[in-house]
Amino acid sequence: METVNTSALRAEVKNLSFSYDTKKVLNAVSLPVYEKKITALIGPSGCGKTTLLRCFNRMHDLYSQAKYNGEIVLYPEAKNILASDIDPMEVRMRIGMVFQKPNPFPKTIYENVAYGLRVRGIRKKTFIDERVEESLKSAGLWSEVKDRLHTAATSMSGGQQQRLCIARALATEPEILLLDEPTSALDPISTGHIEELITELKKEVTILIVTHNLHQAARCSDSTAFMYLGDLIEYGPSEVLFTNPKDQRTENYITGRFG
Amino acid sequence: MSRQKILSRPEFTSPAHRIRKLRKLREKLVELVLFLAAASSVFVTLAIVWILVSESLPFFQNVPLKLFLTDTEWTPLFDNPRYGILPLLSGTLLSTAIALVVAIPLGTITAAFLSEYIRPRYREVLKPILEMLAAVPTVVYGYFALLFVTPLLQNIFPSIQGFNILSAGLVIGVMIIPYVSSLSEDAMRAVPNHLREASVAMGANQFQTTFRVVIPSAFSGLTSAYILAISRALGETMVVAVAAGNQPNLTMDPTQPAATITAFIVQVSQGDLPHGSIGYQSIYVAGLTLFVITLIFNILGLWIRQRFQEKE
Repeated sequence: METVNTSALRAEVKNLSFSYDTKKVLNAVSLPVYEKKITALIGPSGCGKTTLLRCFNRMHDLYSQAKYNGEIVLYPEAKNILASDIDPMEVRMRIGMVFQKPNPFPKTIYENVAYGLRVRGIRKKTFIDERVEESLKSAGLWSEVKDRLHTAATSMSGGQQQRLCIARALATEPEILLLDEPTSALDPISTGHIEELITELKKEVTILIVTHNLHQAARCSDSTAFMYLGDLIEYGPSEVLFTNPKDQRTENYITGRFG
Repeated sequence: MSRQKILSRPEFTSPAHRIRKLRKLREKLVELVLFLAAASSVFVTLAIVWILVSESLPFFQNVPLKLFLTDTEWTPLFDNPRYGILPLLSGTLLSTAIALVVAIPLGTITAAFLSEYIRPRYREVLKPILEMLAAVPTVVYGYFALLFVTPLLQNIFPSIQGFNILSAGLVIGVMIIPYVSSLSEDAMRAVPNHLREASVAMGANQFQTTFRVVIPSAFSGLTSAYILAISRALGETMVVAVAAGNQPNLTMDPTQPAATITAFIVQVSQGDLPHGSIGYQSIYVAGLTLFVITLIFNILGLWIRQRFQEKE
């Protein structure tokens, strides 16, 4: 695999296999994730891209049938976050996630963003106020909600809710932000907002995004991995992978011949 | 073409048409039966309200409403009768309050455990056992309060009377735990999983997820559970009749004997009061009062649910 850029390695998936119950979902996947770059995971439904994403914050630990094999090494400490002696909660404190469907808590806008700080035991109001404002600004939502921070988050539009979820994830300053098809439930205008936001966020945080939208991957990401049936078929700089794919399956997928 | 002519055309007189008409009739009939079944409970409720009100009206011709609401003695069967509802009200509200102090925290925590913590396999075993609490006859609970809980309390607080509202209230509380826990568990399990995942992904532990996300999200269902528990506690009869002493006693001291509205009704209806006497009517007045209290709590619950519903 060719090096995408000169930026530092932030995480590295090494020979990761994953099975759920008796079903094998990932077969020995390896993938580098670079510091402050956007890595896109693409592939047809059921290829395992979301499963791979959810390994990064050990979401699968919630379900007892899940089994990992292999490593995801987080740098600079070079620690394997899938190791059994690593507390999954500590992993999740460092790696944030935004889900496919906007899922704000039935709380106020302010409390949604403050949630991550509160569960970390932070009580200082001035600090929380500051982080809420900064995060909402980073998520491009501040000007729209600054006068109604204490109204219910669920009364916002879908696009706003998703940006709120991004703000909520940013509030705790994660090292990596996982985005699981963040625009698939949104209309084109909201999708545009979120895409702009993602490109903007790259300055602050390393991003790993799963998407069904190939244009989105081509537009936003620095590097792209194509997955198919649990295998990682091809990985490379997005401009190369989308214009000059090496594998026939990649080419078939990005030209719309299947998927 | 005239209407008559159209109707005599074969498509309107053919057997197929008649079958269609018959089928339509059958649909109507089914609808009627379903409506009657649904209406029957409404009808029974209305009938009860009507009887309560119509039997209470003559009572209020003899006893002014103001006196009924403010007098501090309830002695309708004495030679010198007094008709103040306050002593019965205090007994009812006190026993209910004690019951809720037991049932709401324990029931909610039990529900959280069943919904969020326990493995499904064990839940299927534990739930029926818990629900058995509701299957024990209430008279058994009454004697349990009188013969077990009261002596136990007397060991700790020697000043407690043999009949007291505290032990009755505590036992009612235990009795209604399954009402609270069962409905609360349903409400918590109905909380969509994506909210739990969102919380966990923020680094929250299971306790934080349960108490900061799941329980607030289940608020409306929890309110329903609590309202049912309140109604159940207000209406509980046997436990207080057996263990609380049946003495209308205007007190907020739970170590004293007292009577609730329901206990009074039981006590009086065992005697032979002449029909139409004011003592006889007092039964209906007591019943009407209980009905109004329960109604107030139900309306309050509805209002809270609408006011604070998870805004979707």
